[in-house]
Amino acid sequence: MKERLENLLKNAKLDIDQTSEEVDMNLVKSKYMGKNSEFTSIMKEMGSLSSEEKKSIGLLTNEFRTSFTEYFENKLNKIKADALNKRLESERIDISLPGKGVKTGSLHPLTHIRTTLEDLFVSMGYDVVEGPQVETDDNCFEKLNIPKDHPARDMQDTFYITDEMLLRSQTSSVQVRTMLANKEKTSIKMVCPGKVYRRDDDDATHSHQFMQMEGLVVDKNISLADLKGTLLEMAHALLGENTNIRFRPSYFGFTEPSYEVDVSCFKCGGKGCPLCKNIGWIEILGSGMVHPNVLRMCGYDPEIYTGFAFGVGIERLAMFKYGITDLRNFYTNDVRFLDNFNRKDVK
Amino acid sequence: MIFSKKFVSDYVDIKDKDINEIAENMTRVGNEYDEASSLIKANKLVVGEVIECDMHPESDHLHITKINVGKEVLDIVCGAPNMRKGIKVIVALPGAILPGGTIKESTIRGAKSNGMCCSLAELGLDKKFLTEKDIEGIHEFPQDALVGEDAIKYLGLDDEIINFELTSNRSDLLSAIGLAYEVGAIYNLKVKEPTSEYKTVKDNFANSMTLKVETDNSSLFLLGKANNVTITESPDFIKNRLIACGIRPINNVVDISNYIMLETGQPLHYYDADKVGEYLGVRMAKDGEKLVTLDGQERTLTLSDIVICNKNEAIGLAGVMGGLDTEVTENTKNILIESAQFDGASIRKTSKRILRSEASNRFEKGIDVNRTYLAMERSKDLLEKYANATISEDTIEYKSKESEEKVIEITLEKINSVLGMNLTTDIVNDVFERLGFKCSLKGTLFEVKVPSRRLDITIKEDLIEEVGRIYGVDNAVASLPVVPSTPGHIDKYIRDIKIRLSSLGLNEVISYSLVSESSLNMFPINTETINILEPMVEEKSVLRKSLISSLMEIYEYNKARNNKNISIYEIGESFYKENGEYIQEDKLGLLMTGTYITGVNNNINVDFYYIKGIIENLLDYLGYSKRYDFEIENSLENMHPYQTARIIVNGHNIGFLGRIHPSIYKDNVYVCEINLTELRSIGVGNMKYKEISKFPSIKKDLSFVFDKEVLSKDVIRDIKNSSSRILNSVRVYDEYIVDNTRSLTFSLTFLDEKETLTEEAVMKEFNKVIDTITNKYNAKLKNM
Repeated sequence: MKERLENLLKNAKLDIDQTSEEVDMNLVKSKYMGKNSEFTSIMKEMGSLSSEEKKSIGLLTNEFRTSFTEYFENKLNKIKADALNKRLESERIDISLPGKGVKTGSLHPLTHIRTTLEDLFVSMGYDVVEGPQVETDDNCFEKLNIPKDHPARDMQDTFYITDEMLLRSQTSSVQVRTMLANKEKTSIKMVCPGKVYRRDDDDATHSHQFMQMEGLVVDKNISLADLKGTLLEMAHALLGENTNIRFRPSYFGFTEPSYEVDVSCFKCGGKGCPLCKNIGWIEILGSGMVHPNVLRMCGYDPEIYTGFAFGVGIERLAMFKYGITDLRNFYTNDVRFLDNFNRKDVK
Repeated sequence: MIFSKKFVSDYVDIKDKDINEIAENMTRVGNEYDEASSLIKANKLVVGEVIECDMHPESDHLHITKINVGKEVLDIVCGAPNMRKGIKVIVALPGAILPGGTIKESTIRGAKSNGMCCSLAELGLDKKFLTEKDIEGIHEFPQDALVGEDAIKYLGLDDEIINFELTSNRSDLLSAIGLAYEVGAIYNLKVKEPTSEYKTVKDNFANSMTLKVETDNSSLFLLGKANNVTITESPDFIKNRLIACGIRPINNVVDISNYIMLETGQPLHYYDADKVGEYLGVRMAKDGEKLVTLDGQERTLTLSDIVICNKNEAIGLAGVMGGLDTEVTENTKNILIESAQFDGASIRKTSKRILRSEASNRFEKGIDVNRTYLAMERSKDLLEKYANATISEDTIEYKSKESEEKVIEITLEKINSVLGMNLTTDIVNDVFERLGFKCSLKGTLFEVKVPSRRLDITIKEDLIEEVGRIYGVDNAVASLPVVPSTPGHIDKYIRDIKIRLSSLGLNEVISYSLVSESSLNMFPINTETINILEPMVEEKSVLRKSLISSLMEIYEYNKARNNKNISIYEIGESFYKENGEYIQEDKLGLLMTGTYITGVNNNINVDFYYIKGIIENLLDYLGYSKRYDFEIENSLENMHPYQTARIIVNGHNIGFLGRIHPSIYKDNVYVCEINLTELRSIGVGNMKYKEISKFPSIKKDLSFVFDKEVLSKDVIRDIKNSSSRILNSVRVYDEYIVDNTRSLTFSLTFLDEKETLTEEAVMKEFNKVIDTITNKYNAKLKNM
């Protein structure tokens, strides 16, 4: 009987080895362990044995059952694992194909710059104010201390609609509106971004329409040092913490004193390169202390109040920040140009 | 304004200063420059003497020469027609850099050539300054020129120049003397103004001549006389300074007037006295009056032009250009010298129409009264010296107002509070001294006498600017304004929409507000158009009312560059006029064509439903969920009549979307325009949470076959109307078109918020819906 069990196990292992499908494994199982199996008949025969023989054969049958089951389960698990692997492999995909979805859209580069500036100034407590682009001559020039026949009107040849109405040539008109609208004549901190228009032919550095942002602070004891600190914050926010600024005296009519403001060249750090024409500085904006005539015309007593104002061209900033060499790109809107700006900007 | 270092050095000692340093220092005090350089951009040029000159055997015009340049004798091949033995010429030594290139040792048709003989043109002088002879042939020096000497120095052209772009308030810097004061302030150097010395004759000029000023636009008019002038070439120093400053030398008399203008800033006019007669007047022109100006052109004058006239007619356009008839010519004997003040605004008007000149530019910006007198004195002096004139003793003067000395008081505290600095009285005093402003100090109060040349300084703040300019404001410590602050306010409505649309895969564009009148007709809007006066071009003559035509232009631009997939939007202003008011509205425009979905195997092109989906997404985002509707729009001429819809929000028509008419674009191009100003006026409630039902819902699907014209939104409405409140929502989720019929599949969700639904209750409603829809639309129910 012992010999029969040993042969049986040998044959069973052989059969298991030769089986490769899950269904066939069931056949093997019933062949060796089923009702009609030799193992079952051995178990039946055991009834006629003496109790001592029963004991020793019982050990042998247990041993057979354990060995068979272990051998069988191992094989079955392997078959199942193989089958799963096969199925998974059939589901292989090319993970290098592009993902599906909508293409990445973009904000216009001018919007990027404008947003950065707006957020900075709002964080410093400035209001962002917008005003009409069709303006009165009074708001755009007269109240800004630039009367008719003033030489400064030369610099900004204007699109007129009637003798008195025009397309604003500067967003300063919004400053005038804000000062006039402040009936209590309390302090003002505001910036005004928006489109402006001048009679220029469009080329790589000129555009008859462009975007400006001006700023105005009016209160008692506002000084040039405050202007300097404010513009330094702006230069840092736009061009990085290492940026320096310098003031060059200039003339604008609505400010006195007036200054052009240069930033240290962010390409060469001020050593001199083609971008800054080897000067190390790049002019980015005009600024100054609000002219007493402007304050007076807008209802603020210049003996009590002072203020500073500045104005910056958004296109110019964008050109320097992103390395754009032709201003017309902003308005032709080639989608290949626009796609450059389809991401979040780092500060 | 061109700064000539030699010219300015006559009045302030800056000979040893580097030209680039001067330029940079001037920039720091507010005077920007374009370029600083030597007048002649060439080097290694010496005086040489031609000691041998033979014809080149291989050429009919080349000469083979030996030229003594001092240290050595050079073999030079030269093709100039005036080359001959014995003349002294400009020699560019080997290695010399000329505007046209570098001179190298070479062999020309077999003959060695170690250098080049130069014409003045080859030195880079503008041709307008040169004669035909100067351009064609090499320059010949007088025989006393020293061989081996620096040729540029010998020519007197060893000048350095800075091209300044001055601000319009600094009229004082439009003169060499004015520039000398500015540079003097920077370097703390004293300025020496020119003095005049000349002899005069008593000739009764004042009695024989009548001067009559009949307009307020000339407050000072001086008339002098120079007799028996000799018209000839100017001395070199005058010519060279005119050339350095960009003015063409003509003859000694004309050159002297220009020289004095450059020196003092006062434009002058010299008349041929014998052609003027015994009367000279200043008056406003008659309307339509004619005058032939110096350039030979007949000008038609207007009431706003100031003219100089004699007994008979206008003889000059005051401050702008003289008349041809009384011009100084080679035959002129006697000269009337005009040195006068004219009103800047009037000159500006005239010059804008007629001609911008060096003279008009100075009058427009204003001239120091004292320079008017100085220029008269200088004229007499120089005409005597360089035109052999005999000067009449009398000067006829007309003056309508006395000039006053400007005195401005300012305290140290005011200066410091505006600049945000801590300057001492010594520092401020030093600045005023450097500028040549006389001032006295009482405590911390400065009483400053502003020199008449500084027309730009009228108020305290101007003095503050001067202190900041000369002392420098870079020393100011940066601070931030201390203002009682409330949180900054910003309206982010438009920005949020932009971020939404860009996140939905669209590119933001920005286009021009000025468009052509014809583009307005593309999508006509029945409002009054705003036109620009005197537009530069027709394409930019009116303010746009719609963004669509701008977007179409951008589409065409991109298509021409083979950019096929375009999904763009713009948020911009549109304009019109109503009851005399100028109205500005924000509009949103979209344009989509090509593919919009990324990835492979889905060459799915944009269709109506993509752009509609974006608009629905946006309207939901803005809080209008379930408050908008789309209606058939077939009245827009340039839109596809069956693929266009009006967008209705809360009953307001806020825009449209659809396909551009195929007769305009063969490609499927979809556009949308929404009036954001109007949309925004439709209120939206706050964002709120609605409790989710605790009871399960039951979903049922239904398919019907309809006629093609049936609108799904009508069916949905009728499904809802035909059922009780337990029909929670209806959604169409499939469309299938065969021939003239289409089947639509709806998904119905039933939900009772108070109890669990029974199958019977749902089926009762479900069957009601089927009955209603099959009957109303004559639709066939499809088996699911």
